[in-house]
Amino acid sequence: MTEILAKLEHVSRVYQKGREKVDVLHELDLEIEKGDFLALMGPSGSGKTTLLNLLGGLDRPTGGTVTVGGQELSAMSNSQLSGWRSTHVGFIFQFYNLLPVLTAQKNVELPLLLTNMSGKERSRRAGIALEIVGLADRANHKPRELSGGQEQRVAIARAIVSDPELLLCDEPTGDLDRQTADEILKLLQTLNREHGKTIIMVTHDAQAAEYAQRTLHMDKGKLEARAAA
Amino acid sequence: MKYLGLVWRNAWRKKARTSLTMLSVMVAFLLFALLNAIAFAFRSGQDVADAERLVVIHKISLINPLPISYEARIAATPGVAEVTHASWFGGYYQEPRNQFAQFPVDARAYFEMYPELDIEPGQLESWADNRIGAVVGPEQFGWTIGDRIPILSTIWPQTDGERTWEFELAGIFSTSDQRGSTAYMLFNYDYFEEARAFGKGTVGWYILRVAPGANPVEVAQAIDEQFANSPNETETSTEAAFAASFAKQFGNIALIVQLILGAVFFTLLLVAGNTMSQSVRERIPELAVLKTVGFSDGSVLGIVLSESILIIALGGPSRSTRSPAGSDAVSAGSPYRERPPAWVRCCRVSTCRARRS
Repeated sequence: MTEILAKLEHVSRVYQKGREKVDVLHELDLEIEKGDFLALMGPSGSGKTTLLNLLGGLDRPTGGTVTVGGQELSAMSNSQLSGWRSTHVGFIFQFYNLLPVLTAQKNVELPLLLTNMSGKERSRRAGIALEIVGLADRANHKPRELSGGQEQRVAIARAIVSDPELLLCDEPTGDLDRQTADEILKLLQTLNREHGKTIIMVTHDAQAAEYAQRTLHMDKGKLEARAAA
Repeated sequence: MKYLGLVWRNAWRKKARTSLTMLSVMVAFLLFALLNAIAFAFRSGQDVADAERLVVIHKISLINPLPISYEARIAATPGVAEVTHASWFGGYYQEPRNQFAQFPVDARAYFEMYPELDIEPGQLESWADNRIGAVVGPEQFGWTIGDRIPILSTIWPQTDGERTWEFELAGIFSTSDQRGSTAYMLFNYDYFEEARAFGKGTVGWYILRVAPGANPVEVAQAIDEQFANSPNETETSTEAAFAASFAKQFGNIALIVQLILGAVFFTLLLVAGNTMSQSVRERIPELAVLKTVGFSDGSVLGIVLSESILIIALGGPSRSTRSPAGSDAVSAGSPYRERPPAWVRCCRVSTCRARRS
């Protein structure tokens, strides 16, 4: 029997834009199994990123419950959510979002600053993460000295360094050429298959979605399941 | 501590901006030190004042002399243990920039009045017995005992019209009070009285010591009442009050200093605040990344504030800008390497004002 890692029940998210209410997610239900690699597709404004933010504890639903790893995120305080994020979830963004003043190694170490690990241990773990993404030899390079693909690999290393169960990727290949995008997607696939990471990836790219085990389509705040190609 | 590396790197993200901010902080703290040093210098006369010593000056102003005949009458006032006098000479050595304080005094009585001044008994006697003898504090222009010292007085010509007075250095005195000064010259009043072209029979002010058990306020009142309604009415006050009243002639220095410092630090606050808000605005996405990886609101705020504190700490209160050092800096350009007593400074100010008028 497969284990459910994340569960959304009747989740709604309404934003107030001036006097107007924008209904981004509407009574959404979703279950994500442990070890799943899910691609979320849909037009802009369909609620994909909002869904990702809810799963990552960056946002709170206006209705319904979000449960990840048995913990109901909507019931947690902001500081509890911060602590939870640091150990249970890794984020990968379209534009990498590395800190330009830090080397690749120090960028990867960033989430570990929130733990009680010694500097030596942080360094060792960041080294392993960089090795997994194939960038051990670029540890002392700053982001501006790396290519887009390499930057995204560093971002992936940062996302996995604290060994979270869940990786949330918001268009991770949106800023990369086809070849580099494929390399990044293969890396994500490896993390999913060999390291057991559960991955939820928002993408507009149908080819990228093919790397996922299944694809869900969103439109106007609702989900529509289709079989992966 | 583990965030120090992150804070340090963020602080130096824009080197020029950080350096300029640090420079403005440094200038503000330097101003703080210098202005504080000035306020400190104005207060210092009060610090070294002896509560049992009173100063008697002319009621109109310090530049008005008092008759020498008052000495005996003051000495006879109940509650007065001893009395001596001093006058302002207003001279310089070789060139005007070498101006320093000189006072014609009664040698033995003056040193009895100021026990904190130390001089070898032999030198004191040698000076007292030498008509043109003088004593100075240590390292004054590198003079040694036996040197002939010409001092040009800007106030007192001699009877033959000559303004240069010649002295022979008979001794060097020091002080046991670290806050006190020895940057002045003392010479015999008899020589001064005999050779000056005008003002004979007068002194600048009297200094007296209150007898043990006597009330200084009552003694001061008794002296002033004694000379009331005379052509030379007196005003007697403690050394500290005398120094404080002179300092106040310039205005309320402490208030002026505080107002200037308030303006400086308010401006600094605006500069630093603007720099930091600009820095934060530029990297909102990066701060958002810190939030996503698990940094709490407090941690992010702490990192940003630490950057500001780091810049202030680096640019601000370094050893060179602390007040005592600032005080040194103020006095460094002056021939008065040590602080003269408050009354010495006051005399200089009064004399300068009198000359201008």
